[in-house]
Amino acid sequence: MERPIRVLVAKPGLDGHDRGAKVIARALRDAGMEVIYTGLRQTPEQIVSAAIQEDVDCVAMSILSGAHNTLLPKVAAMLKAEGAEDILVIGGGVIPQEDIPSLKEQGIKEIFTPGTPTQVTIDYIKSNVAN
Amino acid sequence: MDIEKRILNHDKRAAARLISMVENKDPEGLRILQNLYSHSGNAYVIGITGPPGAGKSTLTDKLTKLLRKQDKQVAVIAVDPTSPFTGGAILGDRVRMNDLSVDPGVFIRSMGARGHLGGISEGTAAAVKILDIYGADFIFVETVGVGQSEIDIVKNCDTTLMVMVPGLGDDIQAIKAGVMEIGDVFAVNKADRDGAKRTAREIDMMLDFNKELEWRPPVDLVVAYENKGVDVLLNSIMDHREYLLESGKFHEKRVANAKSEIVEMIKERIERSMLDNSRNEEKLDALSKQIVERTVDPFSVVEQLFEAYIASVEAK
Repeated sequence: MERPIRVLVAKPGLDGHDRGAKVIARALRDAGMEVIYTGLRQTPEQIVSAAIQEDVDCVAMSILSGAHNTLLPKVAAMLKAEGAEDILVIGGGVIPQEDIPSLKEQGIKEIFTPGTPTQVTIDYIKSNVAN
Repeated sequence: MDIEKRILNHDKRAAARLISMVENKDPEGLRILQNLYSHSGNAYVIGITGPPGAGKSTLTDKLTKLLRKQDKQVAVIAVDPTSPFTGGAILGDRVRMNDLSVDPGVFIRSMGARGHLGGISEGTAAAVKILDIYGADFIFVETVGVGQSEIDIVKNCDTTLMVMVPGLGDDIQAIKAGVMEIGDVFAVNKADRDGAKRTAREIDMMLDFNKELEWRPPVDLVVAYENKGVDVLLNSIMDHREYLLESGKFHEKRVANAKSEIVEMIKERIERSMLDNSRNEEKLDALSKQIVERTVDPFSVVEQLFEAYIASVEAK
């Protein structure tokens, strides 16, 4: 049996807009992945702890509050501190182009901005998770 | 340090990884679990079942918090449905248990049912053992909630909690065979809604129909969302545990569970080996067409395939 890719879809920070995260969760499910959906207003601690217990291949975070420069790198750093840097960390949402290079330097492997077709995200995850 | 030692040292990441390995049928994972098996058997396993939306996850969250106050180590295995078409799944039970995520004494694992009927995923039984070895005192197994075919849960648990809600159907639902017979403890959740007492009464009547019960399952009214009645419910679960231990039924039940586990594993193994053997899609498609055209019947087809399989096994 082919192993399904496990993805944690999380909403860090305080904005209450989860439509995008739900659309992504559904698209990943339809692509045959197991999506652990954790809902709104997650702290980096909650996200990292869930990612470890669920043994996910990828953490996908959606953020529209503007706090991405703080929260996304914090998740990547905490995963690294737990020895879980093999987990692919990606982000999406309203993130200005000029912020992307610094996020990538801090361990967010890819950023998907509004308008990205879900297939692009699916393909990216499939070709970049470990193994 | 290797994964075996790490799990015995209560390492979350190692336990999480071993669950994935066994769930994915990695032979190395199975070997590790075999080596560690003698360390299992200490956790008390509570199955939580009931229809979708009954509040199983919210109730699990509240029960877990109560056990944490008693300083118990708790693990939760939450099973959600897998799409039969894509193999994908959305596992959303964590949404109701978010503040447990960061509690070091709690381990929550979501699993897809991965095509296994009965609401218990094939990997669930293995995950129970791994979390037991990891050091959980109590393990909650929360099922898919598909309704009336979740009898499997009984075979994996010490106490089965059946969560019902008012307004799902008339009292004839309560006397149907199946799910209603597997509950050791009943909770009527959303008890602040109309009809909750009636639902509880109907369950009571169904239970009292059988006068010879050694253990009469209690029926508790709860409002999980407001944390009302959850302490009483936990006491009912503990009462059932005490009953099992004192009556000697605990051991009997675990022996019966082990027996049905052997049977399940054999079934699965034969199924896999036979399907691998006769899994010729073109041939199956052709036979299926003939069945629809009524040139053959399905009984003879299965008979032939089975005989061919037996012959191939004997030839080996």
